[in-house]
Amino acid sequence: MTVLSDTRVLGSNSNDAAAASSLGTTARVWEALRAVRDPELDTDVVSLDFVASVEVSEHGVAHVSLRLPTYFCAPNFAFLMVADAHDVVSAADGVSRADVVLIDHFASDAINAGVAARAGFVSSMAGTEVGEAVAELDELRRTFTERALMAGTDLVVRPLMREGVTPEQVAAMTLGEAPASDDLRRLRARRRELGIPSEDTDPLVVDPTGRTVGVDALPLHLRKARSYQVGVDANTSICRGQLAARYGV
Amino acid sequence: MYEKNGEKYFVVDSHMHYWDASPENWVPGAEQYAKGWIECFHAYQSLGPAETHWSIEHFQKYSEADLMKDLFEDGHVDVAIAQPTYLKEWYTEGFNTTERNGQLLRNHPDKFRLNTRFDPRDGEAGMREFERNVEEWKPLGAKLYTAEWNGDSRGFKLSDPECYKFLERAQELGIRNIHIHKGPTIWPLDKDAFDVSDVDKAATTFQGLNFIVEHVGLPRIEDFCFMATQEPNVYAGLSVVLGGLMHARPRFFAKVMGELLFWVGEDKMTFGSDYAIWEPRWQVEGLVDWDYPEGHDYDDYPRLGVDGKKKILGLNAAKLYDIPVPAELQLSADTPAAQDDAELVNREVAQA
Repeated sequence: MTVLSDTRVLGSNSNDAAAASSLGTTARVWEALRAVRDPELDTDVVSLDFVASVEVSEHGVAHVSLRLPTYFCAPNFAFLMVADAHDVVSAADGVSRADVVLIDHFASDAINAGVAARAGFVSSMAGTEVGEAVAELDELRRTFTERALMAGTDLVVRPLMREGVTPEQVAAMTLGEAPASDDLRRLRARRRELGIPSEDTDPLVVDPTGRTVGVDALPLHLRKARSYQVGVDANTSICRGQLAARYGV
Repeated sequence: MYEKNGEKYFVVDSHMHYWDASPENWVPGAEQYAKGWIECFHAYQSLGPAETHWSIEHFQKYSEADLMKDLFEDGHVDVAIAQPTYLKEWYTEGFNTTERNGQLLRNHPDKFRLNTRFDPRDGEAGMREFERNVEEWKPLGAKLYTAEWNGDSRGFKLSDPECYKFLERAQELGIRNIHIHKGPTIWPLDKDAFDVSDVDKAATTFQGLNFIVEHVGLPRIEDFCFMATQEPNVYAGLSVVLGGLMHARPRFFAKVMGELLFWVGEDKMTFGSDYAIWEPRWQVEGLVDWDYPEGHDYDDYPRLGVDGKKKILGLNAAKLYDIPVPAELQLSADTPAAQDDAELVNREVAQA
């Protein structure tokens, strides 16, 4: 389990109100971190146990430590997660300043300094011992969000087809007609991130460019969607296993 | 050779290593990377059965005798294909070089096939070294790491013009099998090194070469599958798939196997233990015993029968490497098990 490092706040502080407020802020920081995903696994960093600790000082400075399954996890994904965490924690109510660090990683120093300086990935890595980067990460993020859209399509559509909904019905179905579920909410969120319409009247099944998938193309599209979902599951289980071995969680 | 229920399996471990990651071999000033690297590998081992876990000291450096016992005495392996991994920026003598693997071949010529490597970014000098290695060791294969850093470069693609020169030369020199690492990152990388479109292009251009994609493109299994299904000379190397998932996450393992059987097929999947990350014994025995778990999640995946397991465990790689297989270990002409499976699949397709 992750450790809530609130001892300092609860301890010698003379101002009970400030302590209570810090506690509330700590909870809000944890909640905010649920918006930060590992793009490769399409899962939030709290669920993945990547948040090692959260500590909020009486002045509202939020110290967050992130950890990853291995010392050599890809620095591009690591950078995205630390930068995203910095953004959401900074925006959380009661936080005056965010101090987000990645621990136990070969590129920790470069990434932490870069994120703190609000620099991009390229300038963060420039001139560091661990090497330089060639490109910013927007395209990488989009690639993996598209994959998440495909995988999410499998999670939403497969149960429908198992209950006997026909390919024709699926091809004609709108988002509003699909049964509400966490998977559907997540699919809509990924579509919004990709700039694909996601209102109730929009089609349920689209490709990563937002085009509708006709009934003829549907079987192969769904077969591929399933492969994406299997890939995400396989990666997630390996990463979870590695994290467990590393930190005994 | 492994025997179970009257069936005999010829086993080729097509992806294994003989490394030295002991502190004595760490490059001064790069100790944290050398240490971090081997600890990362060691964490992978934890995904196998507890009784097969090693101490970190043993894992850093194991002896030739350990290797021979783990593979051939205990591990059911008939022939192993030794793959190099250099990492000379971190390990003084290299992590696992062609020369180090060469000791194995010299001492046990009937037990090993040796692969070499090249890096197209090493230019003319690299080409000469590659040619020397081919002349000395007569390998049929090479292992490439496209995500590896080299000087200012952050990786290369199989489809780069420089790489094509090496692939052409490899083909001329009699190399037939290119094992390419597309999987968990081997080196700090900052770009999308999992992308497999370069394999697609190279496989189309070099029809005389086979491309064995080790670790099946994790974390992009599906992109690999969609590509491999269109390229007759692309294979799925199962190292990490078996070791990392079969024991730790059997249900996910079953789905990954189902995907590979569906898109790639049992004729183009090859067993590799990734020793010394994992010992081969439990992987071989586990695959022979393996079947899909109960549940509808697996209904529409192709079945894997005894013949398919024989191909994956050894016969496919034996073909790629001209390894002689005793007659009694070949597939028999009459294969009732496979026919049963085919009927089963047909029934399921008809019902679906």
